[in-house]
Amino acid sequence: MEKQNLILAFESSCDETSVAVVADGQTILSNVIATQINSHKRFGGVVPEVASRHHIEEITICIEDALKEANVTYDDLDAVAVTYGPGLVGALLVGVNAAKTVAYAHHLPLIPVNHMAGHIYAARFVKPFEFPLMALLVSGGHTELVYMQADGQFEIIGETRDDAAGEAYDKIGRVLGVPYPAGKVIDEMAHQGQDTFNFPRAMIDEDNYDFSFSGLKSAFINTVHHADQIGETLDKNDLAASFQASVVDVLMSKTLRVLKEYPVKQLVLAGGVAANHGLRERLQAELPTKFPNTELLLAPLKLCGDNGAMIGAAGYIQYQHHQFGDASLNADPSLEFDWMPKMPH
Amino acid sequence: MKLLAIETSNRPLSVAVLDDTKVLATTTTNVGRNHSSTLLPIIEKSISQAGLTADELDRVVVAAGPGSYTGLRIGVTTAKTLAFTLHKELVGLSSLAVLAGNIVTEGQLVAPLFDARRDNIFTGLYRIQAGQPVTELPDQHISVAEWCQQLAAYQESIVFVGSDVAQYADALQTQLGSQFVRAQPQLDLPQAVVLGLMGRTATPVAKIHDFVPNYLRLTQAEREWLAKHPKEDHAPYVEKI
Repeated sequence: MEKQNLILAFESSCDETSVAVVADGQTILSNVIATQINSHKRFGGVVPEVASRHHIEEITICIEDALKEANVTYDDLDAVAVTYGPGLVGALLVGVNAAKTVAYAHHLPLIPVNHMAGHIYAARFVKPFEFPLMALLVSGGHTELVYMQADGQFEIIGETRDDAAGEAYDKIGRVLGVPYPAGKVIDEMAHQGQDTFNFPRAMIDEDNYDFSFSGLKSAFINTVHHADQIGETLDKNDLAASFQASVVDVLMSKTLRVLKEYPVKQLVLAGGVAANHGLRERLQAELPTKFPNTELLLAPLKLCGDNGAMIGAAGYIQYQHHQFGDASLNADPSLEFDWMPKMPH
Repeated sequence: MKLLAIETSNRPLSVAVLDDTKVLATTTTNVGRNHSSTLLPIIEKSISQAGLTADELDRVVVAAGPGSYTGLRIGVTTAKTLAFTLHKELVGLSSLAVLAGNIVTEGQLVAPLFDARRDNIFTGLYRIQAGQPVTELPDQHISVAEWCQQLAAYQESIVFVGSDVAQYADALQTQLGSQFVRAQPQLDLPQAVVLGLMGRTATPVAKIHDFVPNYLRLTQAEREWLAKHPKEDHAPYVEKI
């Protein structure tokens, strides 16, 4: 058997510290994730300085556990990959500096990885990508349709003009009294309710692939506040179901429309909101009949949130193209989502 | 003992490689806060100029705070990870003590300080004994006015050291009179050589995993949360999933 290429991959862009060992960009040997949700719950959302401090507490523990669980030593590794953006700068700095230090200490090449590319490559663990490919990337910070003609080539076809879908979930979660992060609970509530409020489907008929969720958020909040003022009690499950129906309708309609203009072999669903059952079920129900030649690749539930394994999968593509960083690599909190550096256009 | 010392607590950045008390290489810059880009290249260069490899080090010493949160994060993450990954000893020392260590007058009281904004400072009081700064009043986050009240009780001259002394010099002079002595400006930059020499004989941390910067302040969000929830238990805030 040919020797596998092992990558030690770091992720610390928000409120999860994660280190993974990935073989050939497709097999997870370990994927250690330390989540700070319990901490940020106190504040109703991620506090950047608190997140940065937790990352320093966890970083070496995650490295040790990742190597131990993968049953490998530094000598077995071929490269170190790290998320260097986009994300919270103080949080990114911990992963970037730790990864650079490990690469230097053990004479390993360093691979700087775009966090969003990582999310898409989480689906690579399901099966190999076939191009062209479209990715619907939905998370707390992003809502995007990304077209890929080949590995490492990313073209944003549509994106949110205001709030990301995940952000809207967290904000209406606060109104419903659901603790941060609200997505999972609202998804569960939605399954027990009915779409009775018929919230707006923003931009659904517009001739582009962009999204907007701030109008929906406002309509939701106004509805709840108005009911409060007149002393009316609304069914929270119906509110959640109505909200989710609007989000999923918009995501579905734009995605199905983009597939008409861009025929692709695979549709990838990735990002934190890709764990939403309402969205997964709709895609599974509608894609096979409407686009029988497009295969649906759902990022595994465990890999929808931030994790090191997805960074290892994306980093492996760069490893094959020798896209390496050096000791001066810095965090780039507003890193653009574009072609990977030095990839052929 | 071969030792690497790292100080990135504020705008200056200083790195040194020592072999016992002999300085093999050192670099100090005072050009900006882009430590994340510059620190590791300077470490690499210093270690190779010293004719060593990272693996040949015995110990990593880092200035662990107080200071700029970002600066501390970069220095401590780098030092902690290097010591952990190569199984080296790790020592963390007060960033203020490092600055106080620039003063060598025996018996002298020294007050190093960093600006903490809105008339607050990070500071401590040290006395130079046997050539080393020894804590007289612990490192703290305090208003300039309160600090002066505490210092007035000493009734002896105190040398103030640090680049941020300049902006508080008038207030300090007014409140402390002849007690206030300004250090010569060339002593205002922290030196990793001083850090290294202090760290050479210090006790290494017992558990590298537990090592974090000494911020000396909770985050604002945590302070406000604690004020509202004085009796709530501290959950484990980070969980492995």
